[in-house]
Amino acid sequence: METQTPAFEYAPAPESRAVVDIAPSYGLFIDGEFTEAADGKVFKTVSPSTEEVLSEVAEAGEADVDRAVKAARKAFETWSALPGAERAKYLFRIARIIQERSRELAVLETLDNGKPIRETRDADLPLVAAHFFYYAGWADKLDHAGYGANPRPLGVAGQVIPWNFPLLMLAWKIAPALATGNTVVLKPAETTPLSALFFADICRQAGLPRGVVNIVTGDGRAGAALIAHPDVNKVAFTGSTAVGKEIARTVAGTRKKLTLELGGKGANIVFDDAPIDQAVEGIVSGIFFNQGQVCCAGSRLLVQESIHDELLDSLKRRLATLRLGDPLDKNTDIGAINSAEQLARITALADQGEAEGAERWSPACELPSSGYWFAPTLFTNVTQAHTVARDEIFGPVLSVLTFRTPDEAVAKANNTPYGLSAGIWTEKGSRILAVANKLRAGVIWSNTFNKFDPTSPFGGYKESGFGREGGRHGLEAYLDV
Amino acid sequence: MPTTAPAASAHGLADVTASDSTLRRFLHGLPGVDTVGLEARAASLGTRSIKTTAKAYALDLAISMVDLTTLEGADTPGKVRALGAKAVRPDPTDRTAPATAAVCVYPDMVPAAKAAVAGSDVKVASVATAFPAGRASLAVKLADVREAVAAGADEVDMVIDRGAFLAGHYMKVYDEITAVREACGTSARLKVIFETGELSTYDNIRRASWLGMLAGADFIKTSTGKVAVNATPSNTLLMLEAVRDFRAQTGVQVGVKPAGGIRTAKDAIKFLVLVNETAGEDWLDNHWFRFGASSLLNDLLMQRQKLATGRYSGPDYVTVD
Repeated sequence: METQTPAFEYAPAPESRAVVDIAPSYGLFIDGEFTEAADGKVFKTVSPSTEEVLSEVAEAGEADVDRAVKAARKAFETWSALPGAERAKYLFRIARIIQERSRELAVLETLDNGKPIRETRDADLPLVAAHFFYYAGWADKLDHAGYGANPRPLGVAGQVIPWNFPLLMLAWKIAPALATGNTVVLKPAETTPLSALFFADICRQAGLPRGVVNIVTGDGRAGAALIAHPDVNKVAFTGSTAVGKEIARTVAGTRKKLTLELGGKGANIVFDDAPIDQAVEGIVSGIFFNQGQVCCAGSRLLVQESIHDELLDSLKRRLATLRLGDPLDKNTDIGAINSAEQLARITALADQGEAEGAERWSPACELPSSGYWFAPTLFTNVTQAHTVARDEIFGPVLSVLTFRTPDEAVAKANNTPYGLSAGIWTEKGSRILAVANKLRAGVIWSNTFNKFDPTSPFGGYKESGFGREGGRHGLEAYLDV
Repeated sequence: MPTTAPAASAHGLADVTASDSTLRRFLHGLPGVDTVGLEARAASLGTRSIKTTAKAYALDLAISMVDLTTLEGADTPGKVRALGAKAVRPDPTDRTAPATAAVCVYPDMVPAAKAAVAGSDVKVASVATAFPAGRASLAVKLADVREAVAAGADEVDMVIDRGAFLAGHYMKVYDEITAVREACGTSARLKVIFETGELSTYDNIRRASWLGMLAGADFIKTSTGKVAVNATPSNTLLMLEAVRDFRAQTGVQVGVKPAGGIRTAKDAIKFLVLVNETAGEDWLDNHWFRFGASSLLNDLLMQRQKLATGRYSGPDYVTVD
């Protein structure tokens, strides 16, 4: 009765590159102008999926950082004196331009970062616009934010952001800073500078006064110079815990305010009464969203022993349907790893997991010949003592552990130096509340994972950092309170 | 495998239907459905971009899965004859267009439908069991089924007693389905319609799916097409998960038929993506997946013509039925 059918192979569905015009070179954005670095240095930015050089970007030195901070300081006087409603107008305008140019920005981000167009188009860009809209709404209501009457801005904010969500992290940093009346010098990551430079162009398009937003591109040295600059009042950093500790040391003893969003090793706890099919989806989005290069990734799956086999079968079947390849293809679920360096780190940690005796599994999956790729990977038979259960891998690698009781789940989930995110899967509402109360993590999702919203504060405990971004709480970091 | 219910894992599924309470315990022990997660998954699969060769394949596959349906009080033998002719040869201008899977009619129209599709592979399906309300005695429903089968129906589409289901009388629903299954004999395949819009929760839809499969359904079908909410990507996704899990546990493969409300080729292709990525390619065949839709076919044909010629021809270049 059953007839042989050919497979339903999806034909390539590439998004057009023509919507984005990448210049052969870019300068630093200081005081409303694009300028070369003082010493003329440049570096290349490549597309991780093809290793193609996309553009050359100026590499800021100390003199450039100083120039940018001075411009921001000068602009601060007038910007902070503007009525909140006036600042809101600029932010609303920026938000609308981001929406109008979202296709262009999505393609750009995919080219520069390697993440699938599905994610830049459907997750990153809508969130970027939403953050600007949200904080635009706060700009004239700061008196009612709960930080006293007429709270004052801090001054010049030095902001350093990572490469995993280049434009979204920029929005998380710049939108609240501007809404509260601060001016900004932002250093995007070395491997993903382009969308910040396009954002600079959007600032000009929106008529934002000169010097309010300055973008200095470069590597860690430019970031270090920015953070150490004596005329910076506020430092905001998202990135690795190691660099975060270094920054904390630099800033200690100065009067600078500091917020840090660092690494994580999020626990995704699945109880035996969970909605299994949706939990599988949540596990997938928890660890394979953005190739796992997410600080709040659910990289440790804690499964109740009684459903371990059943859940793992479902998960493996689901992973076999993930499509890895050209990030510009609209059907791609898993794109490229951001850099050769990051790929090497993921590879080393995964190899170590194998060497320590954890069982490694990946779906059959062909990796493209050029670019930086890592197949979605599961580790089973993992215990708390394994490196893959302790170290942040920042890649598409999931460690599976088991537990028998809710107390054990909580103990294992909390047994980490980090504390950024966690997930709870159960159909029992009282259990969600009871477990969530005991988890030491900044964000706890129930029956979902990796959902973001500008109204919801985000931040961590322990080595995942301090301070909150997003929501009303996100204003505090940029106000003198 | 798909369930943690003690009855199923400890004893196998035969014991599940031993009594009202074992059946209830089993159905309520099925994993829950998270509404937000289910709908998000269905929506994300809906963004798959199906182009060129994949689209051509999908359009032909969808055409071959259509149960071309007329379920009106005003149906006449002439109308059914026209429908049958169209099912056999959907596009008179292009003989490469595949035939549809079946024509679906009321029981009294089965002889006319059989005559109309004679000599082809097109099946005749009949909505028996007091369609669409299902509000009749079991004796009446069984008589309805026997009449359709005797007239040559290859497939029987039965509606369940939603009242009994919602009241928690699962055994009553189970017994009805098994009785109808028996009345179908060996010649007719049974499609069980849940009227998902009336079951109202996704948990209920999952339970109904398992109940139908336990009772011997060859197909599980979303709806009659006669209520406000019929087939949706979400409820079809859920039913595909159910047949997938049922086969993993019992080895028995059951078909799925979304019905009502699927009008465009674009929508149909989204459903095929759901099938492909949920149950898998074993279900990508009209023996295991059907569309209960009448207006869908013309849109599929127009899209097919567009793919072949590069331009839209318009509704006058496909037949009205």
